[in-house]
Amino acid sequence: MSVPFLYALVGIGLFCLGFHGLIVYDHLLRKILAINIMGSGVFLVLVALAKRGGEAAPDPVPHAMVITGIVVAVSATALALGLMLKVQAATGHAVLPGKSRD
Amino acid sequence: MQAILSELPWGLFLILIPLIGGIACFLLPVVARRLGLLTASLVLSAAVGLGWQLSSRGVYHHAVGGWGAPLGIDLYADGLSLLMLVMTALVGFGVSLYATGYFKPGHLVRFWPLWLLLLGALNALFLSADLFNLYVTLELVGLSAVALTALQGGRDALTGAMRYLLATLLGSLAYLLGVALLYHGFGTVDLVLLSERVVPSPVVWAALGLMSAGLILKTALFPLHFWLPPAHASAPAPVSAVLSALVVKASFYILLRLWLAIFSDISGDVAGLFGLLGAGAVLWGSLQALRQTRVKLLVAYSTVAQIGYLFLVYPLAPGMGITAWSAMAYLLISHALAKAAMFMAAGNLMQFGGHDRIADLDRVVQRLPLTAGAFALAGVSIMGLPPSGGFNGKWLLLQAALAQGRWDLVGVIFLGGVLAAGYVFKVLGNTFTQAPRTHEPISVPARMQWAAVLLAAGAILIGFLSSPLMALLEVGDPFNINGKGP
Amino acid sequence: MAGYAWLLRLLLLLLAVGLGYAVLSLPDQAQGLQPDVLGKMDQSGVTHPVTAVLLNFRGYDTLLEMAVLLLALLGIWSLGGLPEARPESEPGPVLGTLTQVLVPVLIVVAGYLLWTGAHAPGGAFQAGAVLGAAGVLLQLTGWRLPRRAAGHPLRITLVAGVAVFLIVAALPLPGGRQLLEYDPNYAGVLILVVEAFATVSIGVTLAALFFGADPTDKAPK
Repeated sequence: MSVPFLYALVGIGLFCLGFHGLIVYDHLLRKILAINIMGSGVFLVLVALAKRGGEAAPDPVPHAMVITGIVVAVSATALALGLMLKVQAATGHAVLPGKSRD
Repeated sequence: MQAILSELPWGLFLILIPLIGGIACFLLPVVARRLGLLTASLVLSAAVGLGWQLSSRGVYHHAVGGWGAPLGIDLYADGLSLLMLVMTALVGFGVSLYATGYFKPGHLVRFWPLWLLLLGALNALFLSADLFNLYVTLELVGLSAVALTALQGGRDALTGAMRYLLATLLGSLAYLLGVALLYHGFGTVDLVLLSERVVPSPVVWAALGLMSAGLILKTALFPLHFWLPPAHASAPAPVSAVLSALVVKASFYILLRLWLAIFSDISGDVAGLFGLLGAGAVLWGSLQALRQTRVKLLVAYSTVAQIGYLFLVYPLAPGMGITAWSAMAYLLISHALAKAAMFMAAGNLMQFGGHDRIADLDRVVQRLPLTAGAFALAGVSIMGLPPSGGFNGKWLLLQAALAQGRWDLVGVIFLGGVLAAGYVFKVLGNTFTQAPRTHEPISVPARMQWAAVLLAAGAILIGFLSSPLMALLEVGDPFNINGKGP
Repeated sequence: MAGYAWLLRLLLLLLAVGLGYAVLSLPDQAQGLQPDVLGKMDQSGVTHPVTAVLLNFRGYDTLLEMAVLLLALLGIWSLGGLPEARPESEPGPVLGTLTQVLVPVLIVVAGYLLWTGAHAPGGAFQAGAVLGAAGVLLQLTGWRLPRRAAGHPLRITLVAGVAVFLIVAALPLPGGRQLLEYDPNYAGVLILVVEAFATVSIGVTLAALFFGADPTDKAPK
């Protein structure tokens, strides 16, 4: 197994690890961090597999996609953190109310 | 003159006008209201322009940057895209009109930039033929929808928006991982090229699973609908209208496109699974709607149910072709118009009585006849009674199910209609009578009532427009009826 | 609850194995779109392939992504002010001195990253991020935007990146060409203009996100 695939598998691992965190933790900050870990996993898969051309330079298209993806992730994280602070101010806790699930 | 009009890039206008309008509203809050209404009208005209262009010259195609796929990004519009764009423009115009009466000035200046960016993002999404570009538009749609949900603050809206944001981000990431796998497997993110290159393989199955799951979560298909009722019921009324009518349809549209271009040939029993989940959604959503005691929650659960109908089409499509897909088109647009009208009517009721408790609705028919009428008209389409777009959709769906002997689905469609009648009349029945606790009415601006009436009437009216609608839908053969497309 | 956690982990493990299998099934040698990109590099106006993809071949993505960043700020502002974080202590002399030294350095670094993006790793987003860090440092020392800059000047700076990009993107349209179809002779200059405005807007937006409210709001609580 070559190095790009190793990194890509790590990316898959991060994705699943983040997913686990998103489900099991209640605190919103942890959930937001978990989403970011999932995102890093996806970005790692994109970037790592771009270097499958042997000695050739990596494919630039996934790199550009990842830069776009990072900006989107930063934006989403900023909005999520702002919303979390407002939820905390409104309810006293940075957790989602558990009862409203049906 | 005509030559110039048919040369204009109407599709691009649909994207650029709301983006520019949103930025202008942000820079000039003093005239935001006028700019906003102007933008919404221009978007509606551009959608009409695109429709005219499509009917006279066939599909719309624009290679951004002049590169063309796979290096560049292609914009593409056929009959299906047009349906979504016209639906968005109509609902968008109604919502813009409604919002000018609904929001206080302080909230209205914040509403316009967010809403116009959402409108532009929806249009960009319906015009894109590039999977990664679709991801960016999907995030634009999701983030603006969440921000709009939280616009007026309040405990329920904030927690609803937070839950919505987490769900929508999770859905986007699953989708993006699917895009990453497809790109590395086949060297392109262009839908048309992918449809030519994709062969059954573990990569495609993984991508199918990830992307379907992510998009189903964002579309709030049962049992992944948990985030929808709190968000849609707690958002400001015009925002609820947009969320239920348009935003959930955006992710549904991407799933449909993926299905038509890539997944339908290789997916095996996934169509059956979609049908099963759709049936679950129809029954569960309708039952929950029937149980609600607040109008907005009832309408939100009705959305869960109506989304289910869209997924019933998947298992019926292989044998039935255009009948099943026409049913889906009717259900899409009639639900958008009717549900937007319902949420607007619910917003009017809330303003009128200061609450939306069904049992305490006080003489609405006598004192707010237009709103009650709008709710009733929208209800006709949601229940699927003739004449209405909802009736046409469910009738075609029933035909497809009967022709294939799918009695189970026939039962679901029928039962869903009965339950819908139950929850619509639960609200309507309480609008005639005097409530135990009477209240003085708070006046509701006429344009809020008329906006609801117009959209509800639209849902009825499209029941009469079947032949032009179907002719436009078939531009570019989006459903591969005459061989492989698009 | 314990049984549920066990089941969840098992399901996620299965997911990881399935996805890992899909990844490993990909071909060993693949270049994706690299040959296409390299073949068109001479018409892109820049010499670094990632910048060429970002600002030219897939520039439309980047345009929309600038809108995403602006949208995040609009979303935060529409929340009506975040509860102010109370600093544990006043900024000490170390932070003050460090900021005095670092902020000018960061601005120069941002300028360098912007310029170098045309032919080496770098570009508007990296430069904007560095600029945003400078803005965060300044706010940590208690600096606030002067009142006269907080209204229209700030708003114009925030939207400048996406607005200039939109104008540059739409310029070819009256000539019958496609959106974002630069003339290869001017592509380099146009990309630099777009990136320069984008850098400033990204930096200011990131700093404004950190502040968390419209500075002209009457009473940010």
